[in-house]
Amino acid sequence: MPLRLEMRLERSRRLEYLVPVLSVLLALAVSGLLLLMTGTNPLTAYGEMFSEAFGTSYGFAEVLVKATPLILCGLGVMLAFKMLFWNIGAEGQLHMGAWGATAVVMTGWDGSPWLMVPAMVVAGMICGAIWALIPAFLKVQLNCNEIITTLLLNYVAILWVAHFIYGPWKDPESFGFPMTKQFPDGAQLLRFGDSRVHLGLVFALLAAVVLYFLQEKSRWGFEIAVTGNNPTAAEYAGMNSRRNILLVMAISGGLAGLAGMSEIAGIQLKLLKDISPHAAPYGYTAIIIAWLARRNPWGVVLVSVLMGGLYVGGETVQITMKLPVNFVLIIQALILFFVLGGDILSRYKLVYRREAPIGG
Amino acid sequence: MEADLSVLIIAILQAAVRSGTPILFVCIGEIYAERAGVLNVGLEGLMLIGAISGFTVSFTTGSAPLGVAAAAIAGGLFALIHAFTTITLRADQIVSGLTLTILGTGISGFFGKAMIGQVGPGFDRLELPVLAQIPVLGEIFFRQDAMVYLSFLLVPLTWWVMFRTHLGLAIRSVGESPATADSLGVSVTRVRYGCVVFGGAMAGVGGAYLSLAYTTMWVEQMSGGRGWITLALVIFAGWNPAKAFLGAYLFGGAEALQLRLQAVGLGIPTYFLMMLPYVLTIAILVMASRASLRRRLGAPAALGVPYAREER
Amino acid sequence: MSDSRAAVSMRGVTKRFPGVIANDRVDLELLEGEIHTLLGENGAGKSTLMNVLTGIYLPDEGSISVAGKPVRFNSPKDAIALGIGMVHQHFKLVQSHTVTENIVLGLAGGFQPVRLSEAEGRVAELSERYGVKVDPGAHVWELSIGEQQRVEILKILFRGAKILLLDEPTAVLTPQEADELFVTLRSMREKGHSIVFISHKLDEVMAISDRITVLRGGKNVGTVQTSATSPRALSNLMVGREIQFQTYPRPEMKGESILEVKGVSAEGDRGLPALKDVSFEVASGEILGFAGVAGNGQEELAQVVTGLKAISSGSITVDGRPMAGASAKDFIDAGVSYVPADRHGVATVGDMSLTHNSVLRRYREEKFGQGPLLNLVAASKYADRLIEEFDIKTPGRETAVRTLSGGNLQKVILAREMTTRHRLLVVMSATHGLDVGATEFVRETLNHHREEGAAIVLISEDLEELLSLSDRIAVLFHGEIMGIVDAAQAEIETLGLMMAGERQSEAVA
Repeated sequence: MPLRLEMRLERSRRLEYLVPVLSVLLALAVSGLLLLMTGTNPLTAYGEMFSEAFGTSYGFAEVLVKATPLILCGLGVMLAFKMLFWNIGAEGQLHMGAWGATAVVMTGWDGSPWLMVPAMVVAGMICGAIWALIPAFLKVQLNCNEIITTLLLNYVAILWVAHFIYGPWKDPESFGFPMTKQFPDGAQLLRFGDSRVHLGLVFALLAAVVLYFLQEKSRWGFEIAVTGNNPTAAEYAGMNSRRNILLVMAISGGLAGLAGMSEIAGIQLKLLKDISPHAAPYGYTAIIIAWLARRNPWGVVLVSVLMGGLYVGGETVQITMKLPVNFVLIIQALILFFVLGGDILSRYKLVYRREAPIGG
Repeated sequence: MEADLSVLIIAILQAAVRSGTPILFVCIGEIYAERAGVLNVGLEGLMLIGAISGFTVSFTTGSAPLGVAAAAIAGGLFALIHAFTTITLRADQIVSGLTLTILGTGISGFFGKAMIGQVGPGFDRLELPVLAQIPVLGEIFFRQDAMVYLSFLLVPLTWWVMFRTHLGLAIRSVGESPATADSLGVSVTRVRYGCVVFGGAMAGVGGAYLSLAYTTMWVEQMSGGRGWITLALVIFAGWNPAKAFLGAYLFGGAEALQLRLQAVGLGIPTYFLMMLPYVLTIAILVMASRASLRRRLGAPAALGVPYAREER
Repeated sequence: MSDSRAAVSMRGVTKRFPGVIANDRVDLELLEGEIHTLLGENGAGKSTLMNVLTGIYLPDEGSISVAGKPVRFNSPKDAIALGIGMVHQHFKLVQSHTVTENIVLGLAGGFQPVRLSEAEGRVAELSERYGVKVDPGAHVWELSIGEQQRVEILKILFRGAKILLLDEPTAVLTPQEADELFVTLRSMREKGHSIVFISHKLDEVMAISDRITVLRGGKNVGTVQTSATSPRALSNLMVGREIQFQTYPRPEMKGESILEVKGVSAEGDRGLPALKDVSFEVASGEILGFAGVAGNGQEELAQVVTGLKAISSGSITVDGRPMAGASAKDFIDAGVSYVPADRHGVATVGDMSLTHNSVLRRYREEKFGQGPLLNLVAASKYADRLIEEFDIKTPGRETAVRTLSGGNLQKVILAREMTTRHRLLVVMSATHGLDVGATEFVRETLNHHREEGAAIVLISEDLEELLSLSDRIAVLFHGEIMGIVDAAQAEIETLGLMMAGERQSEAVA
């Protein structure tokens, strides 16, 4: 193979910042070609997406609505990735969180919102955490591949929710639609102004602050960083990696569970199918966000808002230009591929060499 | 009553072979890639790519075999992206594979929009002469479609290539110790590219089975987690095609059984039955992990590790 | 040496790596039927030069000719085709495959069937002819290190190589195994093979080679006839100045016993017994050396006395505290410091800063934070102190330690492990791969800590180092202690026999 990588002596600082920007542009260019193939003018489509998401206050409020579950799931996934635990089960953890919160409502308990909402938060987080602890436990005890277990548990969680909304929890007055009754007012999250932005966004930002301090300022954060970089060194340093994996996954799943809880208590106001968009589920987008955010909680917030824009823009052109929503996924994947390649190229040079220059 | 039961069991086993076949194709392909040291967790996306391209081509040309060929080519091409990022650029194999899954889901959904609701040509049941007359076994294995028979051939062929030829020795060595293979003039890059692309082609064929034989239509995200199930199956099979053969039908059996039980209605809620293949996969992965912990058997030693010759 | 045709000649070979010139315009001529030693310190560029000759590295400048004809190597395949084969220092073998599978790998491609039984016959025949004994059907992981080396040699002979390159082949062998290897090499020379032998051990170089080329700092500093030189002259060439091996005075001040290991057994990574009924004591102010050929339980011993590996039976006491069921953290808390052999893989986190690495095993200490918080300011101050006290060459404390040289990285580890208040210091292969200056520094630091009253377990494959530093030397073989001898009276001969598996009483008798 004539293509080889040569290590750069200095990591190119300029490239490190350029890579994400260039990746987004390249991804838009390549997916623009796909749009051309289907006879759509990409510039018109992108223009409309951008102005809809970031050009109006209504649009931007919707962006924040989408960003809320993305931030929460993204933070959880990022924390797990930081420890080299491949949690790709945020989607399932989100569903279990939503289920747990709904279970509180379904008890029929009619407490004050001051008790109801905290109870739903706790129940959602615990259910998400339990769902995440299953693969963590299997990993720690049996070295069971967590990529497969976390992913497969997504399917199980979605079916679990489906069972309840098609069965025991189905609203008899829903005309056959699989959903619960609307939650009572006391079980709904506070919304800001007349937008749909809700208290969940505050939870998400708080979570980012807490994670930032855990990561950067605590001994435990140091343990996570060491374990993620070199697990053998962590063992050498007397760190308890097994306990840390369980803790990290409890937090990771808890955050995804909170995302599920806040999504149904803040936006849907009932448990139903497709809590997270079928074409580009939040739990999977969170994986992309965690990777693009470069292990930084503020990065998660920023990338989540951008991704939220992509969702809102994508929904707009789906309606106005009849573009399939899957388009959003393609752009996401392309960005990730370009960042993946670009990161390597900021550390290495790609050189083309046919043969050794011997004899010179 | 007893006759009914045996008819029922044979029907379930026959369905198990059909349900297991797509997984078997994908699994054989992934065994090549992983034996060469490259993990491809993008199988789910590659299956979708295969399913949609296979369906589109067979729908437009009217030829199902052409559809399978197209699925193989498309799967191979998309796997080439994974090969480039992980082998040439030495990027993280897991992240690259996840991205491939997302890309495959997106691309297949995007181009599949036009195909939703269409019914295309597919593979019909093809009873093999003589063999189909064997009691029980004939009914289970030899009253299937042509792609099933293709998968039958693939298993011994893969076993022979892997354990009896120089190519197989090279593949296994590259996955165990790339530096060793390199020092003896085996091109690690070429072997790995070849295996990843072939693995992608097989994932494409497995996907095409879903849209050309298992059903004859395109449904968004119709792979339904089979790509992930395959990843577990490769571990369960210990990277051995012969065991993959059994494993695939075990998973196929779980699916066939749950569908049959849904139809019968035993009082077990439908959605719990639908969980069966996923829960079974996890259970089997748990057992395989326990066994490998006990016997210290493991994956190819260099699985997931990029190879660079000139690094000091 | 009547026939003096050049089998290989390398002219002006230069090979650069990012930031280093590993070979700087090196000339080397290998004659037919000679054993030619390439001598030099670690990092002098010997392995790089041989990797160029086998096509693994592509040189940046220079020319190579084989049997008089200029050649270009684009890959190892080209070198093999011209009859050049190399036994690498780290064996290039597929552990899970059989001897014969390893030997026939790469000989053909595509769907050609592997004819294993036929190949096994030829392997057996070759091993007969050259006196290299090994079972062709055995799996590599079942073989001893010496046997694995024979597989490497057979691999080359099987390909009909006339030119053999051996990279530090004796480093992993007992003195007796090394002697056997020399017999094989001489018999190959008689059959007309040319051999390049890489080493830095002067005595064996004098014993085996016809001619010697010395490399220093990537340059050829001279090629000499063995008969016309002396070890002293060679060592001057090699180091560029006179070196003397210092024996440190051993103070007779053994204090109370710090580490007591009684009847300890433990399993290795494969689940096979790695340590069997091991017992010893180390007292304050004492260095107990552990000798042995690599892979005889040294790694496991170090892990067991630092809490990184669980024991299956026996007991360990540190400073009077029984450590049954204790974790690595408990050992750290008990005052056990550990300098592992693997600096990159175990002892440091390459992508993290020097500051972070300097508190790697110490971040729980009170001075580095309160409660759950980590005080990075205190950590950076501490890192600055280490940089100054140990003269660590680094662009700054925030630099990732991955970029440090081997010697400086080792200083970071030593600094961290030694500035803590420790009772027991476990050190493994502390000077391996370091240059003379750094080696000297490490040894002096260890000696200083003995004088301060630390108990030290020193595990090393370098017998000279053990003899010069230790008070007593224990020899490990197959996970058992063959005996513990007083370093002052120990003879290399006796230690060698014990390293090969003879018990102390037998070896002395």
